[in-house]
Amino acid sequence: MEPSLASYLALSGILFTIGAVGVIFKRNAIGMFMCIELMLNSVNLTFVAFSRYYADTTGQLFVFMVMAVAACEAAVGLGIIIAFFRNRISVDVDDASLLKN
Amino acid sequence: MASDVLFYIFAGFAIMCAVSMVYHKNPLYSAISLVGVFIALSCLYVTLAAPFIAVVQILIYAGAIMVLVVFVIMLLNLDEDRRENRLGYLYAVGGGLGLILLAQTFFIFYAVMRAPQQAVNTAETAGKTLSIGQAMYTEYLLPVEIVGVMLLMAIIGGVVMSRRLNQEQIETVVEAEMNLRNQQEEKDDFRIAF
Repeated sequence: MEPSLASYLALSGILFTIGAVGVIFKRNAIGMFMCIELMLNSVNLTFVAFSRYYADTTGQLFVFMVMAVAACEAAVGLGIIIAFFRNRISVDVDDASLLKN
Repeated sequence: MASDVLFYIFAGFAIMCAVSMVYHKNPLYSAISLVGVFIALSCLYVTLAAPFIAVVQILIYAGAIMVLVVFVIMLLNLDEDRRENRLGYLYAVGGGLGLILLAQTFFIFYAVMRAPQQAVNTAETAGKTLSIGQAMYTEYLLPVEIVGVMLLMAIIGGVVMSRRLNQEQIETVVEAEMNLRNQQEEKDDFRIAF
């Protein structure tokens, strides 16, 4: 007896919720970045679960694409964080207020 | 039965690690908890008959991306997250968003549970590395090439973003910033005098 598709979807939804709430609660730019990675991973779990229960490889292929996007995001996002730290000596997102007013 | 038990073990581990990631204020503890989530998800991919994705998950996420994140944390020498002077209403927004998403999750859970179960066609080829590679280089060739171009753009973008400015450029930026702040102070003085 395998766990049903619904239980995988529920796990994925719970992980996505934790990630989305974390993005709002965290003030640290690196913490927010990690929460976004968690949300991407929960979507990957959905892809793989559907790919298993409908016996279709396409889902796993798109997991690969999502991972490539996440790698790009890591490279550019961490570059932005380093540039921001150099200008403000902090990675607190509340300090990113140059465009305010 | 055995896969049921495995599912509950790894699902519980993933959720615990995710909560600990959001809870910890020290970014390094968060990063290590996130590695725990990635490993639990990789084990779930194995139970879902996707060994290729499981290996790639460990290699790319736990291996490459998290090493980059931990490297940046070490490089910037971050202290613990400060918690004062935070906009209070954001906690309410976050809680509300969390409740809505959880409600949606349970709705999806019951909707899928009640739906007529499709007969699971356990084709042996689905999920094998060979079939993924064949699909990648025949049917989905264009998306794979677009991903390659995107990776190149990300490399260039990362270099441009983290490049150090030369002395003249730094002076220009600092001067502009100081002018802006002076103007702001004058405006504030004007408001007070008014």
